[in-house]
Amino acid sequence: MDVSNTVTSHDHAHDHHDHGPAKGLMRWVYTTNHKDIGSMYLWFSFAMFLFAGSLAMIIRAELFRPGEQLVNPEFFNQMTTLHGLIMVFGAVMPAFVGLANWMIPIMIGAPDMALPRLNNWSFWILPVAFSILISTLFMKGSAPNFGWTFYAPLSTTYGPPSTDFFIFAVHMMGISSILGAINVIATILNMRAPGMTLMKMPIFVWTWLITAFLLIAVMPVLAGCVTMMLTDRHFGTSFFNAAGGGDPVMFQHVFWFFGHPEVYIMILPAFGIISQILPTFTRKQLFGYASMVYATCSIALLSFVVWAHHMFTTGMPLAGELFFMYTTMLIAVPTGVKVFNWVATMWQGAITFETPMLFTLAFIFLFTFGGFSGLMLAITPADFQYQDTYFVVAHFHYVLVPGAVFSIMAAAYYWLPKWTGHYYSETLGKTHFWLSFISINVTFFPMHFLGLAGMPRRVPDYALQFADFNQIVSVGGFVFGLSQIFFLYIVIKTIRGGKKATNLVWENAEGLEWTLSSPPPYHSFTTPPVIK
Amino acid sequence: MPSVGPVFSRLILALSACFCSNAWADYTLNMTRGSSSTSQDIYHLHMLILWICVAIGVLVYGLMIYAIIRHRKSNGHKPAAFHESTTVEIIWTIIPFVILVVMAVPATRVLIDMDDTSKAEVTILITGHRWHWQYDYIDEGINFLSMSSTPEEEINNLAPKNPHYLLEVDKPLVVPVGKKIRFIMTAKDVIHSWWVPALGVKKDAIPGFTNEVWTLIDADKPGTYRGQCAELCGVKHGYMPIVVEAKSVEEYQAWIAEQKAAKAKAAEPPKPATPAPATDVKAGEAKPAEAATPVVDAKTYSKEELMSHGENEYNGICAMCHKASGEGMPPTFPSLVGSKIVTEQQHITEQIRQIIQGKNAMPPFGNQKSDFDIAAIVTYERNSWGNNTGDIIQPSDVAKVRESLKKKS
Repeated sequence: MDVSNTVTSHDHAHDHHDHGPAKGLMRWVYTTNHKDIGSMYLWFSFAMFLFAGSLAMIIRAELFRPGEQLVNPEFFNQMTTLHGLIMVFGAVMPAFVGLANWMIPIMIGAPDMALPRLNNWSFWILPVAFSILISTLFMKGSAPNFGWTFYAPLSTTYGPPSTDFFIFAVHMMGISSILGAINVIATILNMRAPGMTLMKMPIFVWTWLITAFLLIAVMPVLAGCVTMMLTDRHFGTSFFNAAGGGDPVMFQHVFWFFGHPEVYIMILPAFGIISQILPTFTRKQLFGYASMVYATCSIALLSFVVWAHHMFTTGMPLAGELFFMYTTMLIAVPTGVKVFNWVATMWQGAITFETPMLFTLAFIFLFTFGGFSGLMLAITPADFQYQDTYFVVAHFHYVLVPGAVFSIMAAAYYWLPKWTGHYYSETLGKTHFWLSFISINVTFFPMHFLGLAGMPRRVPDYALQFADFNQIVSVGGFVFGLSQIFFLYIVIKTIRGGKKATNLVWENAEGLEWTLSSPPPYHSFTTPPVIK
Repeated sequence: MPSVGPVFSRLILALSACFCSNAWADYTLNMTRGSSSTSQDIYHLHMLILWICVAIGVLVYGLMIYAIIRHRKSNGHKPAAFHESTTVEIIWTIIPFVILVVMAVPATRVLIDMDDTSKAEVTILITGHRWHWQYDYIDEGINFLSMSSTPEEEINNLAPKNPHYLLEVDKPLVVPVGKKIRFIMTAKDVIHSWWVPALGVKKDAIPGFTNEVWTLIDADKPGTYRGQCAELCGVKHGYMPIVVEAKSVEEYQAWIAEQKAAKAKAAEPPKPATPAPATDVKAGEAKPAEAATPVVDAKTYSKEELMSHGENEYNGICAMCHKASGEGMPPTFPSLVGSKIVTEQQHITEQIRQIIQGKNAMPPFGNQKSDFDIAAIVTYERNSWGNNTGDIIQPSDVAKVRESLKKKS
């Protein structure tokens, strides 16, 4: 029913369109084109990835040896805070939005996103938001230094003056995310090609649809959270201040009610990418498409009832601890279903190992590994020993770096020939993969040992028994960091030239994006394709 | 097998690093079994779930590696056409669910056990401050502060680090073995978290609220157990260690008696006729926490006495933030060198007030420090690092400020 509407509106819109991009810098400022905006999102997120990564390098340099080396503890805390915030909100999330912008319209047979001007606006808010956030590094009285989780009262009563800039920046990031999510939902629900029912959508589109609903549900909660901080700091309220009748633990409840679905916001699109790439290089259809969709929905719904597993040590009542332990363990079921479906997809395939596939396989191996430590963390009594140690740092980096980030790398290599019209160099791509794969494990695997041995997170210095592992971790971190500059080189090289990509790009690729030329025309599907 | 090789080589690298490490580097790869019933329960849960994960991992990774090796195009493998099966989906939904139930049962049992803080024989109130711990033995009336005692030179790499670097305190928490101990946690400023792995205790200390947790150290395991603050609490979060001395019940009783005696002695009103109490309170011997008493100290001390006691006190508590050099770490911790409050005469009262009541990030020390301690600190700060004011502050001056603060409140 909606299909016929879109068809007419396309034809109508088409009459007034230019057929190519404007010239010069203003093309990028004014653009409403989903590909332009997608590219800007991706470049922005890569810039933030390198910036926040270099903060991580400072952290690892300081922790290379025990004792105070390069930076003082005050600056160290600013590094951990900004590294976390920028990686989450500036690198991972915008990268997925960039991929959504690029791929959703051409995967569902649409000419563009449903709300192009909104799209422009939701991107251009981001550089402003992050300029404000990063500028706090140069402000008198320190940048935010309370960790990316900014627990009250450390961030309210005791927060540095720059906290207000942080609050404003978070508000803007939230607005950007919500606008982006609205756009994704409007596009997917209204602009699918005739015949593309919901259950015929590519799985990446499905995961993004669910992610977009999560974003709309929880970003306002984050906004509420930072607004309460603001009024606590300046307008005499006491939401999080016990002296005024408030509760510091309530901050954590509000934060993690946002924070846990946020974790899935950063991983559901990754699931989609992996489910998209795996069938191409196994030359087999995705196993259990329907169960993948249901599993993703279950994970998204469960993500709203597990938040307090981040807070087991805050002293919840026994019934609360049991409830959150059980619900958290339950998440392992749909997540397990996804992993089993991927393994079944590989089973009896005809597998080849191009760079995107290598990143995909690494994702399945290492994300599952992060899932195991997540399951361990769900066991409340054991969590009392793991909580706030390097074990947790190892866990969430395993799901976020070889998880979310590797899926983004996989997507980049997978669609780069489509985007640029050139194949990347397979040798360089594989080199980048192996450097990343080995160094990421050298970085994060020993962190499990450090955490189990008792090293707390967010410390600028440590006891002597942690020295050797920290050194290994730092070396791994430096190699991983440098490998990503190599990735930048590969991407630029591919944009500038290389073997011409065919429309199909990959031998067994399936989906509408492969019916377009490589690179695709400025306006993707001016006439909607018909799906049988 | 392109994906699994590095996993093993990395493990071997990590393991070999353990064997060729320095003598002091006491490695552990796994969670401690600890010395309390709780920590052992936790350890067993941890191992149970670890092995379950290993088993699932072997199965899943095994299948993946098999497919990667055997079902590759370069082997001439032809892709199969199957792509769904409701039966297997149901199977791999139900089996993990059953495994989860198997894990949840013992976890629930341990959690219920951990929750029961009743019938404790010793109760200790733990208060987190930025950045030290305060211990109150509620039934015994004993209380003291416990601060990091790692010298600044070791942190700044100017001296070799001792084996307990960053895990040592001036005054450890003393507890008996074989008795159920209840800890009540709270905090003065921000959230801290009191963590001693060997006791299996980690609980947040939250300002304005209390949490309860208990431990029972095995009767045959007296010893020294070390831990750290586990919740980011500001710039000195990494320098907030915990040391617990677990003593046999007899030794613990003796320690309690000793502490009570020391406290009683300090609380005795000074006999004005008795000559030379000053020789009793030689610098360096004064125990800060035990000296904490509201009794007015009317004696007049010499500048040398005040300076040497002040230096000790300053390096014990103040230097943590304001540095031994007095330069602090601006802007969070202001420099005392040439600061108005510390050098101008009209601010002496304010300087004493700030030590008693605290200011911004600085905690109040009025309850822990005697008039003599504070007078000595103020005198020391006013006559060190080029602050050559020549001011000498006597305990009676501090007592006056205390009185006026009391009246105000």
